[in-house]
Amino acid sequence: MSLDFFVSHYNYWVVIFLMMVGFYILISRGNLIKKIVGLNVFQTSVFMLYISMGKITGGTPPILVGDGHGGEAMEHVVYSNPLPHVLILTAIVVGIATTSVGLALAVRIKEAYGTLEEDEINRIEALVEASE
Amino acid sequence: MAGAGEGTGRVTAQLPILQVVVPLLAAPICAVLRHGRAAAWLAVLASWSVLAIALALLGQVMAGGVVSYHIGDWVPPIGIEYRVDIVNAWVLVIVASIGAVVTPYSVASVEHEIASRRIPLFYAAYLLCLSGLLGITITGDMFNVFVFLEISSLSAYALISLGRPRRALTAAYRYLIMGSVGATFIVIGIGLLYVMTGSLNMADLAGLLPGVWDSRTVKVAYGFLGVGICLKLALFPLHLWLPNAYAFAPSPVTAFMASTATKVAVYMLLRFFLSIFGAAFSFDVMALDRVLLPLALVAVVSMSLVAIFQVDVKRLLAYSSVAQIGYMILGLSFASITGLTATLLHLFNHALMKGALFMALGCVVYRIGSVHIDAMAGLGKRMPWTMAAFVVGGLSLVGVPLTVGFISKWYLILGALEKGGPWIAVAVLVLVTSVMALVYVWRVVEAAYLREFSGDEPTGEAPLSLLAPTWVLVAANLYFGIDAVRTAGVARQAAEVLMAGIGS
Repeated sequence: MSLDFFVSHYNYWVVIFLMMVGFYILISRGNLIKKIVGLNVFQTSVFMLYISMGKITGGTPPILVGDGHGGEAMEHVVYSNPLPHVLILTAIVVGIATTSVGLALAVRIKEAYGTLEEDEINRIEALVEASE
Repeated sequence: MAGAGEGTGRVTAQLPILQVVVPLLAAPICAVLRHGRAAAWLAVLASWSVLAIALALLGQVMAGGVVSYHIGDWVPPIGIEYRVDIVNAWVLVIVASIGAVVTPYSVASVEHEIASRRIPLFYAAYLLCLSGLLGITITGDMFNVFVFLEISSLSAYALISLGRPRRALTAAYRYLIMGSVGATFIVIGIGLLYVMTGSLNMADLAGLLPGVWDSRTVKVAYGFLGVGICLKLALFPLHLWLPNAYAFAPSPVTAFMASTATKVAVYMLLRFFLSIFGAAFSFDVMALDRVLLPLALVAVVSMSLVAIFQVDVKRLLAYSSVAQIGYMILGLSFASITGLTATLLHLFNHALMKGALFMALGCVVYRIGSVHIDAMAGLGKRMPWTMAAFVVGGLSLVGVPLTVGFISKWYLILGALEKGGPWIAVAVLVLVTSVMALVYVWRVVEAAYLREFSGDEPTGEAPLSLLAPTWVLVAANLYFGIDAVRTAGVARQAAEVLMAGIGS
């Protein structure tokens, strides 16, 4: 793998790095809030994947140029693909909704168990089950 | 002059969008209604109109082929398309009919299990979940699938967390984490496909993908989509979120989710891998059948075994659900028309049997507040109708003739025998796991009928408002078990469409 290949695809390396970091936090941490942080990093890496693939080097924003009637002027303009960006606007909203539902659940778990640590909760449940 | 005929014509043309919009609009109205009963009846009304629309759509598709609806009149592949063929018309009917039966059931059940100030919000989340599931099924646009998937999942997390035991909260949280990872995997897959083809329309993608089959990006997309969807459909070993979520959710939520959510995920798997990527790519290039077969077999055997040792009957049925999902995937891994017919039939049949079983358990919860197997001792005498419903549902789960379970197993074994050779062993395994199902169903029946009632307070039969919907599903179990011509016909037609690809 040449250095050139590495550098020219740097956006993918950033995405993969972020994705793995997020996924690792999600799996390895027992704290319910930290898990949500991990999930957010993981999801954000996918936003970056989409956004960077819509970008074209030297491309303009996808806005009509010229007088708006001449098709000729449009043909020579290189513009970035707006669709992935729009999709990610939706995905960001979904991500916020997921985060808020997750945090709401974490609040209620804290109220019910008095802790946010997964192993603590499991210990409490094991005690309850043993006493039954 | 625009007559009545033209008026109905205009409405029938809008059916695909109404299918999703009706429950989607009813949901916020439910949320602002302060009165629980009012919200409940609005939800019932919405779910019944959803069923009427789904049946009308199935009728349209059977009469005139594929229905394509262009949202905002933007022509696909630029615009978003809702595309109904025999496959998703079939799944729409499954989801809608379960919704139409569970909603009236939930009226009494929810009043018993959920704090009254939360009831309007319950119906709002419930209707959102319903519209999300219908949306996944009806849409012809990849990114739309993701959006509807998240609508249904987020409302499902909220619904599960409404369960009375506090473990419902941790179950919902775990489902949220695993479900979001699954959904994100699906988005990655969709994104990679978009990079390669520049299209999000399913039918368009099906045409463009064969040109880029060789690229590694497409194969990676395939993998991401596969893992993401399998998380959603709880295929072994990605099923860890399911047992607790089903066991601790409120009864109507369990009945609804168990019979619809995983079914829609199976539909997604079939749609993505057979229609969009194409059966040839899935089976010949990616060896999908050889990947799924061992997972399905392990799921069926190990989860049936785990189910036998459960003492909480809801949990027992939840593990049994994972095993039953194994049967559906097993049918797919045959890579044949008969196998796929078995999968599609079992989608419907398993929805009927698990719906009936979980609703019978909801009746038990309503009266005695527990579904521990010891608490159910002697229930056969005190709640004869409820337990009779459970027995019929259980027999269906085992696959006894005259019930729908038998039809599914019949086609599954037929598919295995058709392939011959070592596949005979698969047929034998299906029979063996049926016996395992008999064991776990029998444990409950034994407790209910042969053990003596141990408590002191006398309890009566569940109210009619719970029993009637339960028995509607029980009757459906028997009816479609005796007369399977129509269901098997539609399933077979759908299987043929799936194997042929989206273009035909």
